[in-house]
Amino acid sequence: MSNIKKFLYLNRKAPYGSIYALESLEVVLIGAAFDQQVSLAFIDDGVFQLAKGQDTKSLGVKNFSPTFRALGDYGVTKLYVEQESLSERGLTAADLMPITYEDENDGFAEKPSINVVSRSELAGIMREQDVILSF
Amino acid sequence: MTTLHMVNKSPFEKNAMQSALGHALKGDAVLLFEDGVYGALKGTTVASELGRIAGEVKVYVLGPDLTARGLGGDGRIADSVTVVDYNGFVDLVTTHQRTQAWL
Amino acid sequence: MAYVINGTEVEHDEEGYLTDINQWNPELALEIAKGQQLEMNDERWEVVNFLRNYYDEYQVAPAIRVLTKALAKTMGPEKSSNKYLYELFPYGPAKQACMIAGLPKPTGCV
Repeated sequence: MSNIKKFLYLNRKAPYGSIYALESLEVVLIGAAFDQQVSLAFIDDGVFQLAKGQDTKSLGVKNFSPTFRALGDYGVTKLYVEQESLSERGLTAADLMPITYEDENDGFAEKPSINVVSRSELAGIMREQDVILSF
Repeated sequence: MTTLHMVNKSPFEKNAMQSALGHALKGDAVLLFEDGVYGALKGTTVASELGRIAGEVKVYVLGPDLTARGLGGDGRIADSVTVVDYNGFVDLVTTHQRTQAWL
Repeated sequence: MAYVINGTEVEHDEEGYLTDINQWNPELALEIAKGQQLEMNDERWEVVNFLRNYYDEYQVAPAIRVLTKALAKTMGPEKSSNKYLYELFPYGPAKQACMIAGLPKPTGCV
């Protein structure tokens, strides 16, 4: 199909201080019904969305971080995380939760969805997109 | 008259924490909560701000907000910062003559 | 608006979805199903339990496309076709089964 476009959701906000992160995730889930090529990027405070071990019980708000692990079922298998944004925040890839998808074209092998990329690599990825949605 | 300075914004997005620390005087306290808790992390580009005022101004961080964000584990927070729970938050409010929010 | 189970009221929204998913129990599922003119049988329970497990793990109710794909993997192709699921839940498997499972309405489900 020629009308498949490349969509990138650009996430720049921390998860619970504002509604952006949750809204972005919901739009991704809804948008995934439209058979487009969707990927997510996490830069600036957006990298905090993927921090592992989130536990919001004492806050009384929903911990939506497990939902990132469902994205593979929705055909969203590329989550780009910017290395510089991690480093500025004292984080490494090991501080992020493991997220995998099953590759249907490779015997359902489990593969990592998170790709840590440099700022310049991400700039290149952004240039390849048809649509970038900012959250 | 000491002041409790309250910061709920990420220091990587807003300069509220930097400004609060810059205006806090000896005996004041700074409480980091909500997205402000990211300012308490070790090894970040803003961590040196905390060191600069250590000894003059006590910095506290709200534990439940750390835990929610996956930062509740050992060794994630700068050594000069003290973790408090909701009761500790109330104590801070009552032991300072006023609170000032840095939005 | 509320379902009544053994004299206890369990609140739901105008469509019938539970206000608080933690109030769900199997007895309540039977009651919600009755309101949908559905009788629970093993096949319907399989789907409802699957949805509950999925929600428990991912904190989201799966879209229908995701549901059929995931069911195909765990229960085999004959129990995952759209046709099979619509026979069990005529008003939409994602919608109706989620309601019986006590989950929120699936994201993007109109």
